[in-house]
Amino acid sequence: MPGDLFAQALNGLAYGVLLFLLSVGLTLIFGMLDVVNLAHGSFYMLGAYAGLSLIAGTGNFWLALLVAPLAVGAIGAVIERSCLRPLYRRPPLDQVLLTFGFIYLFEDLVKWIWGGRIRSIPPPDVFSGSVSVLGAIIPSYRLFVIAFGLAMAVLLFFLIERTRLGAIIRAGVFDAEMTGGLGINIHRVFTGVFAFGAALGGLSGVIAGPIQSAYPSMGVTILIPALIVVVVGGLGSLKGSLIGSLLIGQAETFGKAWLPEASMLIIYVLMAAIVLVRPQGLFGRPLK
Amino acid sequence: MTHPRLLASALVVVALALFPLGAGNYPVKLLQEILIWGIFAMSLDLLMGYAGMVSFGHSAFFGIGGYVAALALGRSPGLVSALALPALAAGLAALLIGFFSIRVSGVYFIMLTLAFSQMFHAYTFQVSWLGAEDGLVGIPRPAVPGLDVSTLRGFHAYLLVLLGLLALALARIVRSPFGHVLRGIHENEARMEALGYAVDRYKLLAFVIAGLVAGVAGSLYSQFNGSITPDAFFWKTSGEALLMVIIGGTGTLGGALLGAAAFILLQSLVSTYTERWMLILGATFILFVLFAPGGIVGALRGRLGLRA
Repeated sequence: MPGDLFAQALNGLAYGVLLFLLSVGLTLIFGMLDVVNLAHGSFYMLGAYAGLSLIAGTGNFWLALLVAPLAVGAIGAVIERSCLRPLYRRPPLDQVLLTFGFIYLFEDLVKWIWGGRIRSIPPPDVFSGSVSVLGAIIPSYRLFVIAFGLAMAVLLFFLIERTRLGAIIRAGVFDAEMTGGLGINIHRVFTGVFAFGAALGGLSGVIAGPIQSAYPSMGVTILIPALIVVVVGGLGSLKGSLIGSLLIGQAETFGKAWLPEASMLIIYVLMAAIVLVRPQGLFGRPLK
Repeated sequence: MTHPRLLASALVVVALALFPLGAGNYPVKLLQEILIWGIFAMSLDLLMGYAGMVSFGHSAFFGIGGYVAALALGRSPGLVSALALPALAAGLAALLIGFFSIRVSGVYFIMLTLAFSQMFHAYTFQVSWLGAEDGLVGIPRPAVPGLDVSTLRGFHAYLLVLLGLLALALARIVRSPFGHVLRGIHENEARMEALGYAVDRYKLLAFVIAGLVAGVAGSLYSQFNGSITPDAFFWKTSGEALLMVIIGGTGTLGGALLGAAAFILLQSLVSTYTERWMLILGATFILFVLFAPGGIVGALRGRLGLRA
């Protein structure tokens, strides 16, 4: 039984780091652009499908892991430049609704190009086996996902907290207008952050592929937990996004194992409770 | 201004009423679906367009109406089961959900309403007494005095009367002092608060009214289909109502009906020619948000030079 528990915890951790990679983009985009990007799940889905084709074409998982996010990031940049930018002067809701339209567009586009059925994605050869950890059999790919996700978390913290670019991003999240007033080309930063967030979404899609396979509704399926993470952690907070992801990852995994009847309820109840008790989320700035 | 508008509304009602006489079964069913979604979209417009409360969880009340009607009609197929109980249940749920949700606003309001509706989805999806994934089937239509609603035309008349009554009621509400306060809250909540209005109470009442009406729409939906599934609670149901309101034009009520018509016609027309209807729907919606933020009604007003 302890081995079982351990395996569950690792599954939850793998799911949690996946959610982290996805929600970082969501939270940065929100913090910076004030846009709740409902199409973020679509970037995840596009990443998975781009990964699928790249792996099928080249046979190289690592190449897919590099190229697919770049492609998705480019799509994000185009969307920000062409559709979101004209809306910044309108009520913020218009931007949210615009991204809602992209959910339909991308889901159908994927069905068109790749078909509607589930497509499995093979893990890279190095991680195709399983290992035994403390008596539990764990697919080694999951351990790779955990290590990769945690490494990305460290990298992102370094990027955001310790570099000049990160300082600009943090300033933009705090007050975009003022940052622009200080001579930073805030429009370019907006495009960059949106593209970067989209690329991270794509990256998490590639990573998720070998675990969850690729299917057209995967984007909307992951969107809700990712939004919950962002709200629980605090909009615009990197730390909140990490803690929130790990929390939701464990809550959902253990919920499924222990309370299958109520498993889907748990994360919603968790979020509702946090929004009511602490509306700004665990690590968000107090609401104005 | 009132007379041309009244005349136009009367003409529309007559045209809708006579429609089954000249059309086949499929177009009439399509129209009925539009009427039901139109009611649902109007109730959301009361919240969004007038009170400025964008809910992403309006499906909660639609679903509750549908499920309560399904359970009640199975026991006693009368108008109480078909209309009163679903509306009451949805209204009570709205009172409870609204009590919590109106404490926050903006994105947090969106997320909280979304969470509540998803809880219902999760619950109905997993419990066997509500049929789990498959939902409830074999829901009878109610016995309405003087009208056989089991026939296509009877049901059509029943829907039209209900739509007419609800539309009139909502139109009265938005033109009443209460409606003006809601618009004031939309414009500037802090100012209304400063003027001495109990803003939270107004918002909660608007939320409950919208919930009641959505409950009726959900009940009609399960009578129309003879079945109800957890999909009624799913966030896409809320999202589609949102699309209808935006496409039609927020804050116009009539726009919600037009939006429902546009959405359902687009869905059925496009899907007969191509499988790619979601793509076209998404693109249409994006174009509307970008270029016609006032929706169909806004575009018409601009073209005809009508005032709001």
